[in-house]
Amino acid sequence: MIKAEHLHKSFGDNEVLSDITTTIEDGEVVTVIGPSGSGKSTYLRCLNLLETPTKGKIWIDDVEVTDPKSDIMKVRENIGMVFQHFHLFPHLTVRENITYAPMKVKGKSKAEANQIADRLLEQVGLSDKADAYPSRLSGGQKQRVAIARALAMEPTAMLFDEPTSALDPEMVKEVLDVMKSLADSGMTMIIVTHEMGFAREVADRVLFLDEGKLVEEASPVTFFENPKTERAQDFLSKIL
Amino acid sequence: MGLDFAALAPSYPFILRGIWVTLQIVAVAAVLGFLFGVILSLMKIGRFTFLRWIADAYTSVFRGTPLVLQLMIIYFGLPQVLGIEIAPFVAAFSAFALNSAAYVSEIIRAGINAVDQGQKEAAQALGISYGEMMKDIILPQAMKNILPALMNEFITLTKESAIVTTIGVMDIMRRAYIVGGETFSYFEPLLFAGFIYYCLVMVLTVLGRLVERRLRQSD
Ligand SMILES: Nc1ncnc2c1ncn2[C@@H]1O[C@H](COP(=O)(O)OP(=O)(O)OP(=O)(O)O)[C@@H](O)[C@H]1O
Ligand SMILES: [Mg+2]
Repeated sequence: MIKAEHLHKSFGDNEVLSDITTTIEDGEVVTVIGPSGSGKSTYLRCLNLLETPTKGKIWIDDVEVTDPKSDIMKVRENIGMVFQHFHLFPHLTVRENITYAPMKVKGKSKAEANQIADRLLEQVGLSDKADAYPSRLSGGQKQRVAIARALAMEPTAMLFDEPTSALDPEMVKEVLDVMKSLADSGMTMIIVTHEMGFAREVADRVLFLDEGKLVEEASPVTFFENPKTERAQDFLSKIL
Repeated sequence: MGLDFAALAPSYPFILRGIWVTLQIVAVAAVLGFLFGVILSLMKIGRFTFLRWIADAYTSVFRGTPLVLQLMIIYFGLPQVLGIEIAPFVAAFSAFALNSAAYVSEIIRAGINAVDQGQKEAAQALGISYGEMMKDIILPQAMKNILPALMNEFITLTKESAIVTTIGVMDIMRRAYIVGGETFSYFEPLLFAGFIYYCLVMVLTVLGRLVERRLRQSD
């Protein structure tokens, strides 16, 4: 369970998130949508403390991770994150990208880490690319490796920040398919996305952010068929 | 008048022995300057404002004043304050190391900053510690930017080392000058010294190219 309580985030005078309260249950798949600049990325980055909230609390299971005494590293270890621009380590092979953190952070042996990498590469359909460098991969392949890299830490939840926005259209599906099967396997997922079809199909719940506020929170069917707020209606009419 | 390099022949070994002196100063200064430069650069990119401030101030002073002045302050000035004598060789490599550290720290800082910020975020998101992230993720990528610039710094150091002549160190430059004084003919020995410096710089340049090529292969 990931809980945010009265979360605020400001950059200087610019209040980017304002009083956000959300609870994501174990196994839930939640998509976050909203206009550009509405604070979706910032919300996600607050959850694994890549950004420090200005005010408010974040709980992961029974631990308040915004407590200064809590171990931020431990928090990040247990929450995987996938970025729009992949951020694979270019000087490491695909296999090394995946095994590095399990070995260094979790103290896995090389053999164990390699086993994990083999299994995950098979899962994302890239077993033949284990020894390639990221520069040799297509965007869709890079993103699938990035997902495998995050999964190698055996996280309890995964955060995705527009994982398909930087991809050529023909590669979007291969990444979404991996994410779908991950969702089916019961992974807790929070996904910022502009893929409305995907949000509708896969999500248990939709969060709609606008100007830093959580404006609407509903099941995908309700949200897409009968948005309650004018701002959500406005947003949907522009993009659908 | 003509140039008479034959008359210089007996003095060639004397001048050539200066290569060893120059190389010693440059090598010691390069190593010490690099190590100190690494420390300064870590202070600059770290999260302690006070350390950052010190490193920035240090860099600003050493880049903002003439090297020959720094050399003279160490050789002529410091003994007066400390009450101890400083050997010319020690003063020479100290001045160069301190000066070079300022430049090296900027080179490293810039090289690290040029690495995509996303690399740091990806490492953080995986729970990788700051030290390991620097060592295994950021620095290997920064080296691509840093090494060519460092090579330039060493080349500059080699050429600039000629100013140790002013404190009486028997480097290539000073030996050529002495020979000139003894034979009442400055042009030939100075040209010869110039030729030696040029060869040294060329060797460094070729080494630098080789290193760069190695780096590019790993892309
Ligand atoms: N590090 C930062 N420093 C200053 N301002 C920032 C920073 N990060 C984000 N912002 C600002 O916060 C606001 C929200 O940014 P955020 O990236 O969270 O929006 P978003 O909803 O993800 O937008 P997009 O759909 O374009 O990715 C923007 O106005 C942005 O300029
Ligand atoms: Mg964003």
